[in-house]
Parts: sequence; structure tokens; C-alpha cells
Amino acid sequence: MTVTAAPASQERCSGLFPLFTLGAMPSRAVRGRLQVASLLVPLLIWTAVASFGLVDEKFLPSPQTVFRSLASMAESGILFQDIVASTGRVFGGFLLATLLAVPIGICMGVYPAICALCEPLIAMLRYMPAAAFIPLLIIYLGIGEEPKIALIFLGTIYFNILMVMDAVKFVPKELIETTLTLGGRSRQVLVQVVARYSLPSIIDTLRINIATSWNLVVVAELVAAEVGLGKRIQLAQRFFRTDQIFAELIVLGLIGFAIDMGFRLLLRLSCKWAV
Amino acid sequence: MELIVSNLSKRFGEKLILDRLSLSIESGEFISLVGSSGSGKSTILRLIAGLEHPSSGSISVDGTPVSGPGPDRGMVFQKYSLYPWLNAAANVAFGMRLQRMKPTEIRERTAYFLEVVGLSEAANKLPRELSGGMQQRVAIARALATNPSILLLDEPFGALDLQIRESMQDFLHKLWQRTGLTVLLITHDVEEALVLAQRVHVLAPNPGRIVRSLEVDLNKSDLDQLRLSSNFLALRRSLSRTMRELEPSLC
Repeated sequence: MTVTAAPASQERCSGLFPLFTLGAMPSRAVRGRLQVASLLVPLLIWTAVASFGLVDEKFLPSPQTVFRSLASMAESGILFQDIVASTGRVFGGFLLATLLAVPIGICMGVYPAICALCEPLIAMLRYMPAAAFIPLLIIYLGIGEEPKIALIFLGTIYFNILMVMDAVKFVPKELIETTLTLGGRSRQVLVQVVARYSLPSIIDTLRINIATSWNLVVVAELVAAEVGLGKRIQLAQRFFRTDQIFAELIVLGLIGFAIDMGFRLLLRLSCKWAV
Repeated sequence: MELIVSNLSKRFGEKLILDRLSLSIESGEFISLVGSSGSGKSTILRLIAGLEHPSSGSISVDGTPVSGPGPDRGMVFQKYSLYPWLNAAANVAFGMRLQRMKPTEIRERTAYFLEVVGLSEAANKLPRELSGGMQQRVAIARALATNPSILLLDEPFGALDLQIRESMQDFLHKLWQRTGLTVLLITHDVEEALVLAQRVHVLAPNPGRIVRSLEVDLNKSDLDQLRLSSNFLALRRSLSRTMRELEPSLC
């Protein structure tokens, strides 16, 4: 792919070498082709490995088998059910974590006293693996939806808080002080200036951290669940259905990718000034 | 309006930044403070704006002691002066919104002050689409829109190219003549201070204190002429010498 892409960038440079010059920006077309290659090359390798029978099909099913099983799961409605269950948990837990983390992070970023009060505790909690809370959560909350949502909440809130706090520290002091001299009160400064200025970074923070909740939802479903993408993977293992496992993994990846694009779109729509 | 600063001192920890500084400004005056870095000139402005508290001494506006920031003292910084997500008009309107003025009044005043700074055409542009000089004019319009009794300018043209800086000085001079504003300008540029101000105070560093005050009694009908006139150049040389003498170990 990269070889065919070279002519497009010939005005600036010839050959592959200049693509690796620091600070060089290949043209949009070249970047587009590289992005396609990033997905297409692994897919081609997978197809080749499977079709030459290099690995036992039981361990590495061919792309065709995986897509067939994906289609049959989609047809039976199982896939839809799993997607709804898992995304529901992710959004529930992550939304709660966001609603709390944004105001706390902003206050910690703006008021050094609040930062000093909260940061050591949060820094420590952050290093407790969320998955280690599962037994406690089951004892406290049973085995329904609550412990799964709580797990995702616990696994993402501390990262959200600290990253929002960091984003807030980049608000120029002059902008805050200008607002005060224009007669702004603390609350107006926090909401209309600090939060607004950091919004692009906050959206980016959420985009990065929601990936963690996808990890955790699968962990939670492996422990106790009726439906869900993670649960389906566990069931497939029991029946040695590697094709189903691959199918579910691809779905997980695609949903994650879609969420990522969603956040990027949100950023572009809500913060035109920053992109 | 009368701003009175008396015996103002400021320390940060052990370090004395300002040492018993006094000055006063009458309504409609244009005063400038010149000093090199370390002379505490920005600190004076921040104290008057209410963004810092004095260690001792007092500041009052019309007899009322300054206790914190407020829209009666409009401030313009050198950098990051505009809200980057708002267009020029919304930036000008921001202070008035904070004070919950009536929407119709906000709209009228926004249009008026954009016109005053010559940016009616740019009303819908985002700050990043404006040149540095235009951005500072929007910041000035925004400070004026809340009807302050004094405009505090902290090296407002310090980040601009030299040519633009001169035309911004012309702009500010006309604005001052037209509106009868009271202005306190902080700068390290002797020429800028002389072109614009009626009275110039020179600050010495470590600790900051006024060592020389000068009435600028020159004909300012044409600033380009002024910049080349012998009286002006003599004053400029004299002030520059004062500044240099304050920093024997500069080079």
C-alpha cells in the first residue's frame, strides 16, 4: 500500500524515506491509504494463514467462518441482545462516573486546597485494580446489573477526575482573571469559562477512558451475567466455538471504534473553535 | 472618578515587590507606568484590579477601598485576552451578560463598542480568525462595554509587531480623546508611554518604587509628527537614560 501511495507525495519527496522525516506531513491521500492499510493488511494476513491451513481451524477459524457465525448470531437476535446489555452497562457506569468526575475534577483543578484534600486518596484508589472489587461488589449488591455498573463506575471515575483536573490546569490564568474583572462570580467563572475552555480536553478524556469501561464490562460479565458480549465469549469457550469468540471480539472492536468516532464527532460539533 | 494609591507595599513571601508606592489619577487622565521586568509594574495593576491584596497601604476608587475585582476597573492583559469559543461580538457582550443587563441593551452596546474599536465587520469572527491587534481591540471593547471608571492596560500591545503596535497606539490615543476615558497603562516601552500618557511614572526595580514622574506636555494632534519631533526625542532620551541607570548590571 505504501509503495502505491508514494507517487501522491512526490511533489514534496520521493520514495518512502521522507515519510519518516520528523515533522513531515504526508498528504491527505497518503494518510488515507495508510489508514486503510492498517486494517486491510492484518485481514489479508489472517485470510492467508487460514486458507493455507497453517493453523488448525479449531484455533484460528477463517474470516469466512467468523463472518458466517456473526451473521447467524445476528439473525437469531442474540447479538443484538448482547450488544444492548453490554453497551447499557458501559454507558450506565461511565455516565455516572462522568457526572461526578467532571465537577470534582474542575474543582480540584481550580482550588489547590480541594486538590490537596482529594488527590492523595484518589491517587491511591486509582491503583486498586477495579476487578479486585468484584467480590465485594457481589457481596454488597448481588449479581444483577448493579455490581456491573458499579464496577465500571469504580474503574473509570478516578482516571476521569485526574484527567479533567489536568485539563483544567491549562485554562490560562488571564482568562479567569479577565472574567473576574468583568464582574464574574466564582460560579460563573467555573461554569462559563473554566468548564467551557476545558470542554475539548474533557471530551477527549472521556473518549480515551471509555475504553477502560469496555474492558471492565467483559470482566464483569465473565463473573456473573445472563447476556452480554463477554458472557457470550465465555459460553462459546465452553463449546469450543472459537468462530463465535472471534465474532464477538470483532463486534467489541467495532463498537469501541464507533464510540471513538462518536466522541470525535461530538468534539468537532461542539467545539469548532478548538479543532 | 479618582483613583488614589497610597503607601502601597506588596511582598511575596520574604521578597518585597513594591515599596510604599503612591500615585493618584483624576477622571479622564491617561497615566503610564514604565519599568523593566522586576519593577513590579504588573503587580501594581493587579492590586488596583483587586486580583491581589496589598501587604500594606491602600487603594481607593472614588473613596471606596478596593477589596476585590469588579467591573468598575476594566482590565486588558497582554495575552489570552479573549474567550476562544466566542466570536468578537459575544466576547464584547460577555461582561454585560455576566451582569445580566437587558438583552436589547447588550445588543446595542455590543454594536456600539465594536464600532468604536472599528471592528463592526468582524463581529462574527472567532478570535483565532482575528489578527493580534484586532484581538486586543476586541478585549478593549469588552472592558469598556461594562462601563468602567478606569481602564487598566497591562502591556496590551507587548505581543504585537512594531508597525501594528504603532497603529494600535494611534488607535488608543483617538479612543481616549473620543471617549474621555481614564486610563492606566503599564509598559516597558518608553516611547509608548510618552506617545500616549499625560504623565509618566518611572519605576525602579527591586523593590518596585517610583523614582521619577514626568508631565508630558507635547502637542499630540499628530502622533507621527510627535514621534519625530525634537522635544519628544529629548524626553525619550532622558527617560531611557533614567531607565538604564536603574539597571547597571543589565548586560
